[in-house]
Amino acid sequence: MTEMTDNTVNESGEKQKPRIATAALCGCFGCHMSFLDIDERILQLVELVEFDRSPITDIKEVGPCDIGLIEGGVANAENVEVLRDFRRHCKILVAVGACAVNGGVPAMRNQFELKECLVEAYINGIGVENPQIPDDPEIPLLLDKVHPVHEVVKIDYFLPGCPPSADTLWTFLNEILAGEEITFPYSLIHYD
Amino acid sequence: MKNIENFVSELLSATENAPELLLQDLCAIQQRYSYIPENAVEILASKLNLPAVQIYGVIDFYSFLHRKARGTFDILFSDNITDRMLGNQSLIDSLCEKLDIEPGTPRIDGRVTVSVTSCTGICDQGPALLVNGMTVSGLNEERISKIAELIEEDTPLSDWPASFFVVEDNIQRSDILLDDKIINGSAIESLQKNGSDALLEILEQSGLRGRGGAGFKTALKWRFCRDTDSDQHYVVCNADEGEPGTFKDRILLNSYADNVCEGMTLCAGIIGAKKGYIYLRGEYRYLLDDLEQTLQKRRDANLLGKNICGHEGFDFDIDIHLGAGAYICGEESSLIESLEGKRGIPRKRPPFPVTNGFCNQPTVVNNVETFVAAAKIAVFGADWYGSVGSSESTGTKLLSISGDCARPGIYEYPFGVSIEQVLEDCGAHDTQAVQVAGAAGSTVPAQEFHRSIAFEDLSTGGSFMIFNQQRDMLEMVQNFCHFFCHESCGFCTPCRVGGALMKDLVDKVMVGHATHNDLKEMENIGQIMQQNSHCGLGVTAPKPVLDTLEKFPQIYMQRLANRGFEPAFDLDAALEESRQITGRDDAEAHIEYEPLLNTAGQDES
Ligand SMILES: Cc1cc2nc3c(=O)[nH]c(=O)nc-3n(C[C@H](O)[C@H](O)[C@H](O)COP(=O)(O)O)c2cc1C
Ligand code: SF4
Repeated sequence: MTEMTDNTVNESGEKQKPRIATAALCGCFGCHMSFLDIDERILQLVELVEFDRSPITDIKEVGPCDIGLIEGGVANAENVEVLRDFRRHCKILVAVGACAVNGGVPAMRNQFELKECLVEAYINGIGVENPQIPDDPEIPLLLDKVHPVHEVVKIDYFLPGCPPSADTLWTFLNEILAGEEITFPYSLIHYD
Repeated sequence: MKNIENFVSELLSATENAPELLLQDLCAIQQRYSYIPENAVEILASKLNLPAVQIYGVIDFYSFLHRKARGTFDILFSDNITDRMLGNQSLIDSLCEKLDIEPGTPRIDGRVTVSVTSCTGICDQGPALLVNGMTVSGLNEERISKIAELIEEDTPLSDWPASFFVVEDNIQRSDILLDDKIINGSAIESLQKNGSDALLEILEQSGLRGRGGAGFKTALKWRFCRDTDSDQHYVVCNADEGEPGTFKDRILLNSYADNVCEGMTLCAGIIGAKKGYIYLRGEYRYLLDDLEQTLQKRRDANLLGKNICGHEGFDFDIDIHLGAGAYICGEESSLIESLEGKRGIPRKRPPFPVTNGFCNQPTVVNNVETFVAAAKIAVFGADWYGSVGSSESTGTKLLSISGDCARPGIYEYPFGVSIEQVLEDCGAHDTQAVQVAGAAGSTVPAQEFHRSIAFEDLSTGGSFMIFNQQRDMLEMVQNFCHFFCHESCGFCTPCRVGGALMKDLVDKVMVGHATHNDLKEMENIGQIMQQNSHCGLGVTAPKPVLDTLEKFPQIYMQRLANRGFEPAFDLDAALEESRQITGRDDAEAHIEYEPLLNTAGQDES
């Protein structure tokens, strides 16, 4: 298990709040939405932590952080880059939700050849005009298969669920910030 | 097309449209056409009154059934570790090269497909293959060249050299079970003379336990079944023999078939069954004709049929059902599902087959060897049987010995024999390990060779694979992990997913990319599979990994990457397909390897 280290003290002698970053790779942002379902508790959270890169702050580059939350699986070259960047900068990296943990819905394309998927979407798809497979260097290349995040970098914690409920995320963050062992009541980790 | 329709219609009218014969019908269609054509499925669906998706579900479940044509010659190389040790891989390459094909893909002209399949039970005479379901043993370069010629010339199988299809019994050591066969009808006479209560008593005293591996007391099983009230009772002989490295039922079915049937008839007499089934693995199709003949001879001799041996009201007959390449169908409840013509998904237990088996009726399922032993005990008595063996395990056990030894084959030993003794007798030297009881069994290192074959020590269905000091034990582990991953029925997540993850991790170790964390993960996954799988397959599937992690850690350690973390796959290679499709080769179209990426916040142990 990876422990939170003691909060560092900044130049003016104040205790610094732990920094959290979040990112969505190949997912639907549902885990982020679920995170927002903590509702008014977000006010408590901002008392406890500082947000780094995240859709909440709109910061684009991740800086040194204590906790990184990753939603979504790894489907293209940019996902790999972002994920590695998070791993470089975060002491604790957490796979959040089914796509990060298993590849999830996007990984359903793993049943097919990449070419078949692209042809279906960009050549033969209903309503496609000017059919062509995009090759602009601005667009990240797709990996041949979608992978869970732990197959690309070391992951410290896995929060399953599609999405993990707000209570699950809230419980996790509280426990990890308090340096406690991560445990959940059964109701938060059963899915049927 | 008309042809197919006629064939299927005739097939179905011959079997009176019985839905439980679906799998048998599919096997017949596959055998005739090398696949199951769509219009065949339509006819089956309408005549058997089954949804087409259910039929496709069955086709997709069994490895030997296909939706696309395999061609005139469908070749499946047996790919057990013992076949590999005998060099099957270069033979596969050689045949594919001669025929100019890729493994698994039918040749354009529709002539031939070459692929691999799980152990075909010819380990003592391998490498082996199946061509249109028939076994060819003793493969070498010469045979492969000849086979390639025969295929190119489109020579029908019936004109191939008969020597190719010879499978010897290869009995190297016999004891009380194999030494002499009982006279046909003598076990039935004993039952009539003593009555079923006394015979169950004799069986109980003999201490006979099931020979399929689990070792359940046979008398108890038969008694439970007999005492379950029902109109119908069934006897099923488990001749699925799917455990890699096991081939002892093969010789019993080949040369002791009468004794097998006698044991089944004895059981029928005791439990009150009118109907029995032999579930014969598809890999043993070559035994089918002879077995059918044995059954017919027994009918002619009034050893099967109505009023058996003149005993009023003792009616019993046996049908043979073929499997279609699914190891899980050796598990008794899957076997019953398969007998009913369905996908072989294990049932929830309890209830057990003795109360709710075939068609939900009380059913005895026993291994082939168990039936032979029971028949002999009925004739020669409990003391005769109990005089050999150990206290917990009376009698003898047939071992199928293969791998690194001078004399592979069938060895019958009294229970309690030590591994050392067996190795000496079969001419094994310089032995590193023995895999007892197949892929699902135990890996036994040299320092444990004093241990014995017995239910109280090393329990086994009969597989005994020998590995000498030159062998790389990780190749065995890898072979077994791929086997289990392929054979998982897919019903429960711990086995379906766990097995696939385990296979990927072993592959990662093999290519030198695994780290300490990966080994921990393998242990973790193994425990989850053992504790949470629905049936015995998933429970035993991680065993080769867990056993060797404990007893042969060096095969993993010497291959570990000297880093805290390694990706599970080659990131840059994963972009290759995209590069091909888009024609891009710019910097962004590549991913650099970054070994020291993951230093933050990690435990390296
Ligand atoms: C995955 C799996 C495969 C099995 N394969 C076989 C088999 O091929 N032959 C067999 O006799 N028993 C096999 N068994 C054991 C059977 O479920 C059953 O215990 C056995 O047929 C009972 O017969 P016995 O009491 O005579 O041993 C298998 C069990 C499992 C879990
Ligand atoms: S353990 Fe494996 S073989 Fe058994 S039911 Fe589960 S998936 Fe099927």
